[in-house]
Amino acid sequence: MADLRVSLAGVEFKNPVIPASGTYGYGREYEALYPLSKLGGISVKGTTLHERNGNIPPRIAETPMGMLNSVGLQNGGAEKFIKYELPNLVTKDTRIVANIAGSTIEECAELAGMLNDTAVDMVELNISCPNVKAGGAAFGTDCTVAGAVTKAVRDACSKPLMVKLSPNVTSITEIAKSVEANGADAVSLINTLLGMRIDIKTRRPVLHNNVGGLSGPAVFPVAVRMVWQTANAVKIPVCGMGGISTAEDAIEMMMAGASAVQVGAAIFRDPYAPVKIIDGMNEWCDRNGIKAIKDIVGTVKPW
Amino acid sequence: MYKQGLYPIIKKTASAKGIFDITVLCPEVAELAQAGQFAQLLAEGFFLRRPISICQIDNAAGTVRMVFEVRGNGTEALSRLNVGDNIDLIAPLGHGFTKREGRAVCIGGGIGVPPMLGIASGYGADAAVITGFRNAAAVILQEDFKAAGCETILCTDDGSAGIHGFVTTALEEYLKSNKTDSIYACGPMPMLRAVAAIAEREGIFCEVSLEQRMACGVGACLGCACRIMQDGKEVFKHVCKDGPVFNAREVIFDG
Repeated sequence: MADLRVSLAGVEFKNPVIPASGTYGYGREYEALYPLSKLGGISVKGTTLHERNGNIPPRIAETPMGMLNSVGLQNGGAEKFIKYELPNLVTKDTRIVANIAGSTIEECAELAGMLNDTAVDMVELNISCPNVKAGGAAFGTDCTVAGAVTKAVRDACSKPLMVKLSPNVTSITEIAKSVEANGADAVSLINTLLGMRIDIKTRRPVLHNNVGGLSGPAVFPVAVRMVWQTANAVKIPVCGMGGISTAEDAIEMMMAGASAVQVGAAIFRDPYAPVKIIDGMNEWCDRNGIKAIKDIVGTVKPW
Repeated sequence: MYKQGLYPIIKKTASAKGIFDITVLCPEVAELAQAGQFAQLLAEGFFLRRPISICQIDNAAGTVRMVFEVRGNGTEALSRLNVGDNIDLIAPLGHGFTKREGRAVCIGGGIGVPPMLGIASGYGADAAVITGFRNAAAVILQEDFKAAGCETILCTDDGSAGIHGFVTTALEEYLKSNKTDSIYACGPMPMLRAVAAIAEREGIFCEVSLEQRMACGVGACLGCACRIMQDGKEVFKHVCKDGPVFNAREVIFDG
């Protein structure tokens, strides 16, 4: 039995596996299968200041070894999250990562402030959603804006702050350095890659939003590369995600430099995926004489 | 409550061209399942699961029957599974049809016919089942509806079997001389829209089963949105969890 505990921005997680925001709701749908206490934490559905109805369907398209989504941050708003979801989540004995998104810098700061006196363990600021018109990736693709929104949220937020980065940029390390300089305690990456599918019979894009975010095993090598580059460019910890489906993927991501990992689209295929990954990592450590999983972080030996 | 696991296929038939009929031994799923719910099936080599409606539940035998059409490469892969093979499924999912007092008409169009067998069987002789297909070669499940005691009215687009015409025409004709308390329907959007309009005009309770491109199947990802009118406001509900069965009066038909 290896020690699977990891620390991310000063928060200790019992293991490094966290279902990614938008793929797990608030956990309610998966409790039918296993207790949520098995998970390191849960990054909850992206929360906005006010209720959002999301994008017009279809919102899902299958791709080779992955999928596109354009859900568009459908959620009940911050008040509802704090009043109805959080009281349920705090009883689950797992870390709560509150994923927040705003359409203006002021809105992001207000949202973060609302969480100060709650049981949330960490705030994950989403500056990378590809499916919304205002805010979202517009914040995460420009170093100056990414820095400014991070600073505003940092000033308003008393919780550990992780900033979720977009891969749809020329240099993710420059964005990461900018959010680090402006007070982020950690970065999480990658959000989805912008993609498109077309139905050749109707000549219509499969998604009503025309474009959407690509996730699943198809993006895994891109994610490993970006996590590796980012971990080498900043001093704050990196939470790695993008196409992780197996324990071996999670281990690879941690060797690339991730202190913890998030699992997303894999859950749609196998709802037990996070639990299987945790068990598989434990077995791998035992087989390989690794006493503590944190010892493998960033241990890749580049050529 | 739902289960996920590998369950053996114990029966498989090709019921019409491109239509496969499989029975899976999964007592823990059969015990929970209700008419109108669905399963998420894993197709080898494809990332997302395929949502397939549950056609028949046999609690005593511990089986669930599903009838699906080969529409693309994913369902084609599912169709290659044989008796003795295990199928990876998540089920039962969503909420099904509401069984009510009185007499019912169940309407199915094409591959929308299989999910009607469960609710129609619940009514037995108190249900008429109006089904529509492209042609005689595409007709499925008529004997099953008859075995359940239902009256069957068959329609085809080309008149090669049953009535030459649409299910909606047959429905209007049926309602003229038969007192009906509930209407249930599954099929293409234009058919559902027309059935809902008839039910509304006649003041009959009506439920429809919807389809949408889906990812998680359990209500977590919010991918399978559909347009629903709630308290005078249009909202996006989700086919997998809020549906697939909705009261027809709430549905905004846009397809």
